Amino acid sequence: MKLVVVAGTPGSGKTSVLLHTIRALKRRGNKPAVVKVDCLWTDDDKRFARLEVPIRVGLARDMCPDHFTIYNTEPMLQWAEEEGSNVLLNETAGLCLRCAPYPDSCLAVCVIDVTTGPNTPLKVGPLLTTADIVVMTKGDIVSQAEREVFRERVLEVNPECMVVEANGLSGKGAIELAELIEEGAEADIEDMTLRYNPPLAICTLCSGEKRVERKFHMGVLRHLDGLMEYKGE
Amino acid sequence: MSNSIKLTIIGGINKDGTKEAIDRVEVNPGDILGIVGPTGSGKSTLIDDIEQLAQGDTPTGRRILINDEEPDTKMRVDPRLKLIAQLSQNMHFLADMTVSEFLQMHARSRGKDPELMYRVIELANTLTGEPIREDEPLTVLSGGQSRSLMTADIAVISDSPIVLIDEIENAGIKKQEALELLAGEGKIVVVVTHDPVLALMASRRIVIKNGGMNDIITTSTEEKNVGDRVSEVDNWMMDLREIIRRGEVVEGVV
Repeated sequence: MKLVVVAGTPGSGKTSVLLHTIRALKRRGNKPAVVKVDCLWTDDDKRFARLEVPIRVGLARDMCPDHFTIYNTEPMLQWAEEEGSNVLLNETAGLCLRCAPYPDSCLAVCVIDVTTGPNTPLKVGPLLTTADIVVMTKGDIVSQAEREVFRERVLEVNPECMVVEANGLSGKGAIELAELIEEGAEADIEDMTLRYNPPLAICTLCSGEKRVERKFHMGVLRHLDGLMEYKGE
Repeated sequence: MSNSIKLTIIGGINKDGTKEAIDRVEVNPGDILGIVGPTGSGKSTLIDDIEQLAQGDTPTGRRILINDEEPDTKMRVDPRLKLIAQLSQNMHFLADMTVSEFLQMHARSRGKDPELMYRVIELANTLTGEPIREDEPLTVLSGGQSRSLMTADIAVISDSPIVLIDEIENAGIKKQEALELLAGEGKIVVVVTHDPVLALMASRRIVIKNGGMNDIITTSTEEKNVGDRVSEVDNWMMDLREIIRRGEVVEGVV
C-alpha cells in the first residue's frame, strides 16, 4: 500500500488537484482510496464519491488536525487495505504551519497557491520544507515570470523537492503527479516516524484551559521577547 | 542559447473527442505562426499545450516535439533549460516586491545575470508612455506598464528560442514594435490574435474551432498588402492617440 499525504494552505486547490489525479491514477489501472480529514465540516466526500472511489471523512473537531491525522494513520491504512486499494490518498487540514503531518514512508505532497505571492514559500514552514513534491496551483492567473520566481523561492527553502505545476480547473499536472505516486515508496506502519517534530509540549489550551491570566498556564512557555521557561511540576 | 530549434505540433482531439482536422504543424526558426478563432474555441489551450510541451498528457491529447524528438522531463520543468517564453493575458502582478527585486530574482531563476534588470527597464520604457522606475512596487504598475515590462523581460531575461504570445492587442503598448522585439533573430513566435496587424504579420495562421485545429491558412501576397495598409492605419491611430494623450487637438495634423 502506498500512502500519499496531501497537505497545503487552505484554498490552495488540494481537493481539485486530487480529483484530477485520482482520474489519472484510475486510468493507469490503480485503485485509489481517499481519506479526507478536516477540522469542522466538509462536503468534499461528495466530490470524491462521484469518481467511484472508496472515501472516508474524518473530522478532527477539538483535536489538533495533524495529531488527529497521525493518530488515525494506522486504521486508515487498514481500511484502504480492506477496500482492496493500492494507494491511500490522505488529504489533511493541517493549518497551523508549525507541524507537518508527513510520516517518513509516505509520499509527502504540499499544495501551494502561486497567487499568494513569492514570499509565501518562506512562511509555510515544515509543511513545505519536508515535502517530497510541491504542487504549485493557479499558475494560469499570473505571468510566466511570476511562476518562475515562485518556483525559485520554493527551491530555496526545499532544494530537494520536485516541483509540479498543476491546475485544478484544467487538470494540468495530474498525470505527472500520478506517475510520481506510482514511483513512491510503500508505506510501512511499523517503525513509521514523523519527518518533523511536533510542538514543544502539550499546551494548556489543548487540555481545556480557557482562562487568559498568565498564572493559569503551564508547560514550556515562550514570552513575546522569545525567552523560554518551564512552569509546572 | 541555440536558436536552431524546430517545433512540431501533433494533433490530438477537439472538444467532442474527435480527431483534429490538422494532424501536424511544423514551425521553423524565424517563423511567426498565428492562432485565430472565436473566443472560447481553445486558442489559449493550444498555447498552453506548447508551453507545457504536452505529451498526450493534457485534455487535448496533443504532442509537442522539439527537433522531431520528445523533450525530456527536465526540459519541461526547469526554467534554466526552458526553451519557451510566454507572454500571457494575465499581466497584473500579485507579488509584493519592487520592480528591481522581482527582475533580479527572475534573472536568477533563469540562471542569468541580475544586472540585466537595467536593460529590461530601459527597453520596457521604449514601449510604454509612463516610465517604470526600478524602486516602484510591482503591484502599482498600470496594465500597459506591466505588459511592457513582461515583453522586455521576455526579450532580455527569458530570451528563449520559442516565444508564445496571448492577445497582445489589449495591451496599451506599441504592439507592432513589441512583436518585432519579441521575434528577434531567428526565433519561433506563436501569437494568438484577432488583430489584423498582428495576424497578417504571421506567415501562417491556425484556425481553431471547437477546441481543435481546423484549418491552416498561409498568408498570401494580397493579404500581406492588406496587412501593410492596416499597419499604416494603425500607426495613424497610434499617433492620434498620443496627440490626445498629450492634451492637444487633432485638427490639422493629418
